[in-house]
Amino acid sequence: MVEDETLAARAGWAVRSWWLIAAMWARSMLTYRASFVLSLAANVLITFLDFAVLILMFRHTRQLAGWTLPETGFLYGTSSVALGTANFLVGSVGALGERVRSGALDTMLIRPAPALSQLAAERFSLRRLGRLVQAFAVLGWSLAALDVRWTWDRVLMVPALLLCGSVIFCAVFVGCSCVQFWWGDAAELQNSVTYGGSTLLQYPPTVFAKEVVAGTVFGVPLAFVNWLPALHILGRPDPLGLPVAFRFASPLAAALCMLAAAVAWRAGLRAYRSTGS
Amino acid sequence: MLGVYSAVAGGAFRRYSTYRAATVAGAVTNTVFGGILASTMLALWHARPGLGGYDARQAVTYIWISQALLVTVAVWGGGFQDDVQARFRSGDIAIDLYRPVDFQGWWLASDVGRAAFQLVTRGAVPMAVGALAFDLTLPRQPLVWAEFLLAVALGLLVSFGLRFLVSLTGFWLHDAEGVRAAMMVVSMFFSGTLLPLALFPGLLGELARVLPFSAMVQLPADVLLQRRTGQSLLNLYAFQLAWAAVLLAAGRAVQALAVRKVVVQGG
Repeated sequence: MVEDETLAARAGWAVRSWWLIAAMWARSMLTYRASFVLSLAANVLITFLDFAVLILMFRHTRQLAGWTLPETGFLYGTSSVALGTANFLVGSVGALGERVRSGALDTMLIRPAPALSQLAAERFSLRRLGRLVQAFAVLGWSLAALDVRWTWDRVLMVPALLLCGSVIFCAVFVGCSCVQFWWGDAAELQNSVTYGGSTLLQYPPTVFAKEVVAGTVFGVPLAFVNWLPALHILGRPDPLGLPVAFRFASPLAAALCMLAAAVAWRAGLRAYRSTGS
Repeated sequence: MLGVYSAVAGGAFRRYSTYRAATVAGAVTNTVFGGILASTMLALWHARPGLGGYDARQAVTYIWISQALLVTVAVWGGGFQDDVQARFRSGDIAIDLYRPVDFQGWWLASDVGRAAFQLVTRGAVPMAVGALAFDLTLPRQPLVWAEFLLAVALGLLVSFGLRFLVSLTGFWLHDAEGVRAAMMVVSMFFSGTLLPLALFPGLLGELARVLPFSAMVQLPADVLLQRRTGQSLLNLYAFQLAWAAVLLAAGRAVQALAVRKVVVQGG
């Protein structure tokens, strides 16, 4: 590593490090190919039981808080794709407390590769694809079943939503796991924001109290993952009556989340004192 | 002999009580999920009052009970399973097998200690927050709470029986993680953690009612909501006991097979 590297070169090296480590873990898993294929297939089938809960609810009612099953399916699909992508890419950072305890983080810090890339790729598991396959299947079904006039802006907004949503969840994964620099056993705290947040976003915003929805706009900005852009795509009124600009502000929210996560990571790393083991 | 098991259970209780940050973080997570699911129940019962024989207040109470039980009866798996998994990897499992204490009894005792600690922390905290934030219907008679605790204890036995079998697959597969992951989703769905089983239609509902998973969440919740009293309550206990007996016996049989298979490598 030379001193006068550009930001782009450093980012490129960070991504490449992640790729090299993740590929190594993937190769080791694919050694037992049959076992991997079986467990992936079982994983995909089994995760459909999660969506089955939603289908069962809609067997008893045509609308949940004013939203139909395809509309709710759209929220489920987008929320799960965003969380699934983030979990696939950086989900391993959740084990930060464990790496600190075992001293593995010290090893990562002295290797000539960015520590965050190493941490995010550590024990990378291709099995996480199972969840993602299910999420895309539900999203595909909902897109086909939705009764929406697909103008070009709406069509373009779907991939933009998935991209920004994934970035927001990546930032949430990294940002929340930094808590473990100070509070080693609190790994589960981030589950309430990541998995809890994704569950929240799977249901229509009208299901929840206005204060909760406002908290996801102005607090942890999860509403920008899918709730706000979905209002435009599905042509629905905003339960909070926010200006229309909010529906298009996901890229800005994603950038702010990345910035916050970066600050948290640097602060955590600076505060880190090795366990000495 | 009973002294050993109560010492193991007491040790597990104390061990879990030292994971303070994890306990706080877990209680927060259960409370967040309770709030989310309770809101969806309110929306569903707003559209269909009286669905499945529950009114809206009972449905919301049901969700908070299920969040309080989720970790206590380990619907997600975990508890002793994490320890056994680590011992499979390190090979220490061989030492467990020649201890002068029963293998199954040892882990059951440790799981009872764990569950007791988690009932008073990760059970009570979400329930208290839920009662403050939502309009719940909880019984005032101490007897109903005692009946509920008995149902939870039997539910824990059933849950242990299932998890013990899952962990024993490690003797053949060397790693029970895949089986565990599958079991987690099936048990979340069929225990009634996310949705009362009364809402499952036709054959799916019949299946959910005969499988052992309902003993973990649905049945204890029904006891606390006073939906099962008198003879119906006794039938409920009989159902839980029968499954607990079958699963624990199956665990013993599989254990006997597994012990014959273990090869301890020297070194």
